[in-house]
Amino acid sequence: MNALDFVGLLPIIAVAAVSVVLMVAISFQRNYDLAWQIAVAGLALSMVTVLIAWNIVPLQVTPLILIDKYALFFTFLLFGSGLIVLLFCYEYFKVRGGQNEELFLLVLTGLLGGVVVVSSNHFASFFIGLETLSVSLFALIAYPIKESRALEAAIKYLILSAVSSAFLLFGMALVYFETGSLSFNDVGVFQTTVNSQPYSFIGMILLFIGLAFKLSLVPFHMWTSDVYEGAPAPVTAFVATVSKGAIFAVLLRYFVQANAFEYETFFPTLSLIAIVTIMGGNLLALLQTNIKRILAYSSIAHLGYLLVAFAAGLFVGVELVIESVIFYLVAYILTTLGAFGVLTALSPSDSEADSIEDYTGLFWTNPWIATFFTVMLLSLAGIPLTAGFVAKFYVFAAGVDSSLWGLLLVVIAGSGIGLFYYLRIVIEMTKQPVESAGTTQIKYPATINGVSLSFLTVLIFWFGIRPSALIEMIAGISRGFG
Amino acid sequence: MILAWLIAILFVGGLLAWYSERWGGQWPRWITLIALTLDSLLVLILLAGSDASLFKPGDVWLEHLLVEWIPRFGISLHFALDGLSLLLIALTVFLGFMAVSCSWTEIKERVGFFHFNLLWTLAGVFGVFLAMDLFLFFVFWEVMIVPMYFLIGIWGHENRSYAAMKFFIFTQISGLLMLLAIVALVFVNKAATGVFTFNYFELLKNPVSGDLATWLMLGFFIAFLVKLPGVPFHTWLPDAHTQAPTAGSVILAGVLLKTGAYGLIRFVVPLFPEAARDFTPVAMFLAVVSIIYGAKVAFAQSDIKRLIAYTSISHMGFILLGVFAWNALALQGAVMTMLAHGISSAALFMIAGALQERIHTRDMARMGGLWGDVPRLSVMALFFSIAALGMPGLGNFIGEFLVLLGSFQVNWQLTALAALGLIVAPIYSLIVIQKAFHGPHNEKHSLWDFGPREMTAMGLMVIAMVWMGLYPQSMMNIANPSLTETMRRIAISAEKTP
Repeated sequence: MNALDFVGLLPIIAVAAVSVVLMVAISFQRNYDLAWQIAVAGLALSMVTVLIAWNIVPLQVTPLILIDKYALFFTFLLFGSGLIVLLFCYEYFKVRGGQNEELFLLVLTGLLGGVVVVSSNHFASFFIGLETLSVSLFALIAYPIKESRALEAAIKYLILSAVSSAFLLFGMALVYFETGSLSFNDVGVFQTTVNSQPYSFIGMILLFIGLAFKLSLVPFHMWTSDVYEGAPAPVTAFVATVSKGAIFAVLLRYFVQANAFEYETFFPTLSLIAIVTIMGGNLLALLQTNIKRILAYSSIAHLGYLLVAFAAGLFVGVELVIESVIFYLVAYILTTLGAFGVLTALSPSDSEADSIEDYTGLFWTNPWIATFFTVMLLSLAGIPLTAGFVAKFYVFAAGVDSSLWGLLLVVIAGSGIGLFYYLRIVIEMTKQPVESAGTTQIKYPATINGVSLSFLTVLIFWFGIRPSALIEMIAGISRGFG
Repeated sequence: MILAWLIAILFVGGLLAWYSERWGGQWPRWITLIALTLDSLLVLILLAGSDASLFKPGDVWLEHLLVEWIPRFGISLHFALDGLSLLLIALTVFLGFMAVSCSWTEIKERVGFFHFNLLWTLAGVFGVFLAMDLFLFFVFWEVMIVPMYFLIGIWGHENRSYAAMKFFIFTQISGLLMLLAIVALVFVNKAATGVFTFNYFELLKNPVSGDLATWLMLGFFIAFLVKLPGVPFHTWLPDAHTQAPTAGSVILAGVLLKTGAYGLIRFVVPLFPEAARDFTPVAMFLAVVSIIYGAKVAFAQSDIKRLIAYTSISHMGFILLGVFAWNALALQGAVMTMLAHGISSAALFMIAGALQERIHTRDMARMGGLWGDVPRLSVMALFFSIAALGMPGLGNFIGEFLVLLGSFQVNWQLTALAALGLIVAPIYSLIVIQKAFHGPHNEKHSLWDFGPREMTAMGLMVIAMVWMGLYPQSMMNIANPSLTETMRRIAISAEKTP
């Protein structure tokens, strides 16, 4: 390890250091505002360190961590999402009382885990990062400890995470058994030199299943709607974005570096999972009346679309696939953050605005928030001028490039069904408001939530209307990858 | 640059109209009018320049604008205008004024947001008529749907949510099929030439052939057939038209349906000449079914707006027939029908909307004997009903006659069937007059006749209608160069294939 390596590691070091500082600060004095400020400032600082590291990569720091532009891009994205989640947390937990300082700490450790995951190219670091992330998530989900819904959600997530870890470990063991290495690259070299690798193929499938749990692909999705519903809204945003984003990033890295895209025999399984994920997510979303559950199933469906772009990697060069996946994740993360941000902003101090009736007439009682939400929903539906459309375009491009016509038709059918439940919410917002005193009035832009939501809305439009700069950057990353 | 202004004025005007709501009163309406006036001035400039420059052989394009947008995929902000686009743009602006006029008293709530949506729909339509980059075209194709969805969903009538959602989902799914076809076309082109490009003119140079072409053509065709609409994808239209506020119906019937026809002429035929030609029997058959089915079902309606909606399906069938007859006469007829039907159906919807505003029903059984109460309104209703049924001397006749003349040379059996539509048309048109305006009063209504604002709007439309009927050549002159160019392409592709 030389000095340069440490510069490369700066983002990881920074976020770890901020966690420690925050922990010490809390142990001296419990102060909600101070703890929040430390977390936000620390995270902002960590984002700056990503920019510092940007010019000196790629660096292989120890056999465990590979800091390249791919890793740094996702690091930045995760930190950004974490920051937005922290902004959403402030007012939400402030009005709820209780001792909420450690919540920020858990967000930071979760991010630390996520960053390790996206920078890992070795099974050991991958697993450590994943567990750091997951353990933080259990605690975050169960944070409102007096609410049975949250506890139930946390237990569910805990058990299914344990199961998925078991799958992962077994998969890793099988791969190691045959290749004799835990490093992604070595596995990849083995892949290209040895013809028959039955164990590492099974190992790869087990790995995929383990990650499919975390990504909530059907049929490993059972936990999703309950956890989304039970967790506090900002935490749900964290689970939906940081955790899924980091895990998809490492899944793609593994498939590229360990040459798992060579297994064309994996295609029937993969496409079947994609189809049931898209259709299952969309159809189940139709049956829901709870906004958080709708968003949960819609996120399942979105991971299904993403899987279509991913599956394209089995047939053609991976460059377009990497590009598509990254862009899709950016759009998905921004939009999902925004949607849960709206939920957070509307939630009264003793409950959550998660039933569809809470949104009746929102366009007229609270036009700004309603506009934000409409933009988020249209972006989720993939309507032009939003980032979600460019993302969907990428899925089409990657799919067409490898002639996945059947899967693309499923994407189209899924998007059609998706419109039903997105538009249902929009229609609800355009109805005449119910005359009741109970509606919370959020004034724009007086609040942190308002500012963060406007920021996200602007970004979604920006990447929808002027995606060029982002596309060039991502294309650069994908060319220099692997 | 003038093309960018055309669209930008509407976008900015829309935002301004929305914001001006807080200044109160009529501000949004006036701002909308100002935006439309500015645009109509630009259109007049373009029209004035169209005669001289149009006849340059080989180049039928009056205006070009090309700015890079997403270079990674060869996507650019590429607008161009030829005679066909120009006519449709002019129609759009004209009907924009009508839409403002007919919502002047009808829309009382959230006026700013209403006019925002109105202007953005028009901006989307402009984009569709001008975009020469397939990605850009698709963007505008969708951009015009969202505000229209709000127009129906917020200001519509009793069953608006259902209608709005149906409209959105039909167009969105078919739109995605088209997007799939667009992306596939671009990748095929890339495989052949090595470069990504969504540029219409570049893609024209390498026509696709074989089975793939048929599939891609279908992707486009279905999207346009849904929009047109043609049987069997027409079911969204009666609901959307009936539930939309008057201005929404005017824009829907007058302009939005024309985007489907425009797409057929601009994209399906030139991009896939071979595949489209092979598809002719099916398309013509669908056209004839639309004509007859639309007319027959229209006759059975008791809801006046629903009736007009079904007649639209019938008239749009003529356009489909004209496009797929593969000769210049029929193509000219299709264009004339687009323009004439734009005016006549818009006018009929305005009259139906005015009636609903006055007597709060669209049910013809509850009307009757209105002629004595509202003579001016009734005269207008009679005039446009007669125009719609294809009375010689008025625009619709020219269009439909040319279509039949052209398609007769290709397939006289189907043409004969299509001509039946012209016979049914008087029946369903006159039944409206008979039920609603003649006969005894079925119910007592207190109503007021058309005022100066409404009469001005109607008068302008009457003039347009008569102009089209008596001097259609003025419009043909503008559209012909681009239609000739299309025919030339068809001829070339026909020579290539034995």
